[in-house]
Amino acid sequence: MKKLKSLFFVGIFLATAASVSLAQLSIEITGAGAHRIPVAVTDFAGERVISQALTSVVRSDLERSGLFLMVDAAGALLNEGAVPNYPEWKAKGADALAAGSVNVMPDGRYETRFRLHDTQKQAAIAGQALAHNATQIRTTAHRIADIIYEKLTGERGIFSTRIAYVMKSVGRYELQIADADGNGAQVALASKEPIISPAWSPDGGRLAYVSFEAKKPVVYVHDLVTGRRHVAANFKGSNSAPAWSPDGARLAVVLTKNGNSQLYVVNVDGSGVTRLAGSSGIDTEPQFSPDGAFIYFTSDRGGSPQIYRQPVDGGPAQRITFDGSYNVTPRLSPDGKSLAYVSRDSGRFRVTIMDLGTRQTQILTDTAKDESPSFSPNGRMILFATEVGGRGVLAAVSTDGRVKHRLSVQAADVREPAWGPLNK
Amino acid sequence: MRKFFTLSISLIFLAGLVGCGSQPPAPEQAGAGVEDRTPSAVSTAPVTPVTVGQGDLYGIAALKDPKSPLSKRSIYFDYDSYVVKDEFKSLLDHHAKFLVKNGQMKMLIQGHADERGSREYNLALGQKRAEAVRKALILLGAKDAQLESVSLGEEKPACVDQSESCWAQNRRGDMLYSGEF
Repeated sequence: MKKLKSLFFVGIFLATAASVSLAQLSIEITGAGAHRIPVAVTDFAGERVISQALTSVVRSDLERSGLFLMVDAAGALLNEGAVPNYPEWKAKGADALAAGSVNVMPDGRYETRFRLHDTQKQAAIAGQALAHNATQIRTTAHRIADIIYEKLTGERGIFSTRIAYVMKSVGRYELQIADADGNGAQVALASKEPIISPAWSPDGGRLAYVSFEAKKPVVYVHDLVTGRRHVAANFKGSNSAPAWSPDGARLAVVLTKNGNSQLYVVNVDGSGVTRLAGSSGIDTEPQFSPDGAFIYFTSDRGGSPQIYRQPVDGGPAQRITFDGSYNVTPRLSPDGKSLAYVSRDSGRFRVTIMDLGTRQTQILTDTAKDESPSFSPNGRMILFATEVGGRGVLAAVSTDGRVKHRLSVQAADVREPAWGPLNK
Repeated sequence: MRKFFTLSISLIFLAGLVGCGSQPPAPEQAGAGVEDRTPSAVSTAPVTPVTVGQGDLYGIAALKDPKSPLSKRSIYFDYDSYVVKDEFKSLLDHHAKFLVKNGQMKMLIQGHADERGSREYNLALGQKRAEAVRKALILLGAKDAQLESVSLGEEKPACVDQSESCWAQNRRGDMLYSGEF
């Protein structure tokens, strides 16, 4: 009790990793791709033994990606061993067909088997058996959706990844972790004071973030499994904007030890602080390029906030954005070829993407208060925070601007999203 | 006499630390304490009345005295600006005098920004405002070790409507003293 009281006194308590949030994110699809692959996913034989449907999760994952057109497979019950009537499925319009079964194993766990067929080639092109327990049905479904996605598109699926974000309700901030579809949210940290700028470690095990629990911004690193956390940067002044180096050993941070906001690098344990770049104005929002060679950042050194990059090993900064008077929050695509950021135009803040090769830019959204863009680990989607109906929501848009969906929750603001890495 | 003065100041200081939001310590208590010690026999020993809060403009008690300029703690800034406007210079002058007189007191300066745009960039803007306040206080004689400037960015708005008058209240620097943060 005494311990609890003292924890409350500093305005914060750690929730157990197992506690599940009651405020569930709900998803709404608002746009789809131009060329979608027609695919049918039949109900899996034996699926009814599990209370929670498996194939409905596979279908909604594929549909949400915007790259697939779901062909109605109602009534068809096909296990993974059966040879489908290929001409019949082709006639229904399906280029691909997934079928499978769920079986109870002697130890009480489940085994889900599935096979993916190409109706043109009239052959099975993928298949897998997955052992799981009753609490891992959604996880299993996401794995199956990932395999189907990768086989049919040639790029990695991201349905098994997780997202981090901050949910704000009255007088309470929660750093939450959820599946990429918004399900299964867990509270990693709850506080009476603001939490901003969560950033995933490259291995997906830790989050760096800024917490205001000490009445000023301090950078923490938080192990998600153990709930243990430590201070990574707490110098005189403000400490913010953590960004992991690609090897996970260091953090770029913004410190104000010498007055204004400037870029530094620290080891993850907080040791070895070194100055990275210098200007007489504001330098903030650092981000390593995927190869670790450059730091991209926001600076007002030219009179308005613009995006610059600078070699990590030293060398002059190079200005990247020129259009408009407000370009902030640089985020590199996983292949390092594109830059997502927020630009202001006529008072609207929108997610914009730049091809770093050609310097061509494209505004991706039609909202007005976009913040915090974050690439999916396959580079296909960008998750960001925006405002709809006066409430903070998360939205995702494909890098071509076509596929759109939205994650929102009743009676709370959702903000500061960060898309986690691929499962190893 | 000096001892009593010190004692009452210490008591007032303690009360100030403990009683957050309570009434300012009554100055009459100090005066009454002195009078109680006056011998009942006729005495010609001089008595210097001490009235904290009026006579001592920069005493600790003045921080919580609504009549003292030291009770005002916010400096407001123009849009996209970090310049301390002339109308706030006398307020900063009072706070600098207080810090000079009370070398043991520390101040946390929290800078704020309005909600438009990136949270991290707004954090940097708030820092610039806090830093402008800190530099002004240093020029007026406060010691570097007494001051820390930090930013709360757009995270702690004083007003949550989406209007210019509201945003103006959020572009500010707040001054907090030891015991208040």
